Amino acid sequence: MDLRFRDAQPTDEERAAVDALLGPPATAWDGGDRTAADLRFAARAEPARDLLLPALHAVNDRVGWISEGALDYICRRLTVPPAEAYGVASFYSLFSLSERPASVLHVCTDLACHAQGASEVRQAVADRLGPPGTSWQESPCLGLCERAPACLTLTAGDPPSAAVDAPYSGGQGGEPPVAAAVPQAGQDGLVLLRRVGVVDPLSLDDYRAQGGYQALRRAFQLGPTGVIREVTESGLVGRGGAAFPTGRKWEATARQPDHPHYLVCNADESEPGTFKDRVIMEGDPYALIEAMTVAAYATGCAKGYLYIRGEYPRARHALENAMATARARGLLGADILGQGFSFDIELRRGAGAYICGEETAIFNSIEGQRGEPRSKPPFPVEKGLFGKPTVVNNVETLVNVLPILERGAQAYRDAEPKLFCVSGNIVKPGVYELPFGATLRELLDLAGPTGTVRAVLLGGAAGAFVTDLDIPLTFEGTRQAGATLGSGVVLVLGDDVDLKAILLRIAEFFRDESCGQCVPCRVGTVRQEEALHRLSRRVDHSDLVLLREVGQTMRDASICGLGQTAWNAVESAIDRLGVFK
Amino acid sequence: MIPLQPPRRLIDVEIDGEAVRVPEGATLLDACATAGKDIPTLCHGDTLTPKNACRVCVVEVEGARTLAPACSRKAEAGMKVATGTERARHSRKVVLELLASSTDLSTTPRAKEWMAEYGADPARFGEDAATVEQPPKVDNDLYVRDYGKCILCYKCVDACGEQWQNSFAISVAGRGFDATISTEWDAALTDSACVYCGNCVEVCPTGALSFKTEFDMRAEGTWDEDRQSETTTICSYCGVGCNLTLHVQDNKIVKVTSPHDNPVTHGNLCVKGRFGYGYV
Repeated sequence: MDLRFRDAQPTDEERAAVDALLGPPATAWDGGDRTAADLRFAARAEPARDLLLPALHAVNDRVGWISEGALDYICRRLTVPPAEAYGVASFYSLFSLSERPASVLHVCTDLACHAQGASEVRQAVADRLGPPGTSWQESPCLGLCERAPACLTLTAGDPPSAAVDAPYSGGQGGEPPVAAAVPQAGQDGLVLLRRVGVVDPLSLDDYRAQGGYQALRRAFQLGPTGVIREVTESGLVGRGGAAFPTGRKWEATARQPDHPHYLVCNADESEPGTFKDRVIMEGDPYALIEAMTVAAYATGCAKGYLYIRGEYPRARHALENAMATARARGLLGADILGQGFSFDIELRRGAGAYICGEETAIFNSIEGQRGEPRSKPPFPVEKGLFGKPTVVNNVETLVNVLPILERGAQAYRDAEPKLFCVSGNIVKPGVYELPFGATLRELLDLAGPTGTVRAVLLGGAAGAFVTDLDIPLTFEGTRQAGATLGSGVVLVLGDDVDLKAILLRIAEFFRDESCGQCVPCRVGTVRQEEALHRLSRRVDHSDLVLLREVGQTMRDASICGLGQTAWNAVESAIDRLGVFK
Repeated sequence: MIPLQPPRRLIDVEIDGEAVRVPEGATLLDACATAGKDIPTLCHGDTLTPKNACRVCVVEVEGARTLAPACSRKAEAGMKVATGTERARHSRKVVLELLASSTDLSTTPRAKEWMAEYGADPARFGEDAATVEQPPKVDNDLYVRDYGKCILCYKCVDACGEQWQNSFAISVAGRGFDATISTEWDAALTDSACVYCGNCVEVCPTGALSFKTEFDMRAEGTWDEDRQSETTTICSYCGVGCNLTLHVQDNKIVKVTSPHDNPVTHGNLCVKGRFGYGYV
């Protein structure tokens, strides 16, 4: 590819950061010093577009921002046109393309934090550091909802560091152990959360002592088709929100004649109010690694990608450690457990884009493209990552596979576990595990609302508000109630919460996170936010009609789930809570 | 000579109750055209892979939860498609309103006609509605980028990139409503990888990209397509034999395009064919 560059040069530090990831350049043709041989022979630079996002991270982590020289150097190394790399870098909110301080404070102003006084935190930070800009910025949900209001400081350097400050205390105090996010920790009868807070998340021996890697052994006994049969019979459906039967997805991928097959674990948990995947990854990382190995075995994948959101430093470290240990002990890599099955996982980090949790946007993000959803069909099982058959599952879905294999499909089915992220005006916020079929009231009895419950937001920003506490928490039950279980968000709003402000925040969230590809979502989210601003000042019937008409079009004509669901929560608040009466 | 395609199986689909037979692999838009339906399109390009970004061509497919973009959805045997349902017309109307309220569609062919047909009223979003208005970028003598008219259809990016020119001078940058078509660091075209083939101008559906001659004449008020004649000839520069369509007004060449169905060019030219007519 013929690339054209301007004259910007990388600093030594930027060059070192990229070389630490990619190794030194082989020739002048991919960014090295020019030698006499380079002038006589043209070398072929291997395009490696999929390393673009890790390379951008490398520079951003070391220097704090990405300069033109650094971007050009990355482009030379990876044979990527600078205009395209610029398009990718400017897509992600954690990257800065202008100079900024090494340390940046991210203040969560999203729903759960909003309900717990994020506006005061915002004010306190603004008093100390001035208006939001380079040294601090408002952030969408950081996934720390049980400890709201939350802040995260990301500091560039070698090595870079991250400090969570939640609940906000102005930087005092460290991060509590993972078990603090699981009020039920250590109780009998837990399935998915049974090891969280019980085992040392860094220790493989601990994990094995608590029943780890039994599911994988059982999988090897059953064979790939046996595993798929078991998962299909268990009735497991995807926990990311779409509730697609996992067994069918696996079978469809396994059957594809095209090879290689890829496994993608979607750990880009960014739905406001969701933090269950973070808790699993921080508290029981080996479970996810084992579950991915089982999934890869069943669907014939030799390579898996674990795409984790960039705002989860502790989960990432736990997983990196788990992968390295598993690899060293022959549980990952070539010839796993001597069964002749090879599989390895590559961890990829998101960079602040909610949309990358969409099942096809995640492929584009991993491939080094802008994280824009693809249109379906073709579906991922047919053409997914790198155009190959791909099975993409969310973290919670995958870890459910372990109890299915350990106990058998029937026993699993009898008490199918589901995780709920309870936050907002709650005495004991955190991740709760309940069998399917429990009602919202039973869940709230465990968590304890702090006062009268005005409404509950089920399913996050893309979900719906409900007031009936006797809704059974199942996919069908919530659907009948005109809501969705979504990713398991149960955000409780008390009487004193300003609902109009919450709705504005939801609209703002979708406006910020729309990728901009299709018109209904790109412009529709802006028009909805404008209408809500007008409505919160003065209720005008024409604005309500406008909201509905734009909402219907977004639902009908958007490319992906973001646009299709962006209007749900606001609509339910208008219809059921009478916000703009 | 007409290049022969390998034979394709024919499949039956139903468009608004009417049975239509199309070759396998055809899109719903092709099927609608066969049935004589006029579906509006903006981001669809006859020489490009559909991006289905504008969503103005949506139709209702029986059994589907959402509407389908006709330009990219492949026809499947037995598909029942409705093009004029309340739901589809409503989406087209709102999409046109959203576009017209944020973007200058004054030079978009047929935009006015469609707005009238679907009863679109962009003014209802109020005077404070956010727009992409910005001054045109005039940084070279050949063509102008007026992104206040850009609907972000991705066609110029695709034509500049791997689908035709392989120059990769432009890309979509930013996200959401702030997304724009941009060179790296929003640099001037003269600093970018642009080779001035003008193939992006050729595919632009809204006039956001235009010949400098057209841009200047529109500014003066002298641009008048009724007074223009089009003559298709063969480029005299090299031996490839690209067809040129010269747009002539008052005995002066004001713009050069190429027929999209031409097997040599598919509508694409190089800088000489498109802009090198000064000697005439």
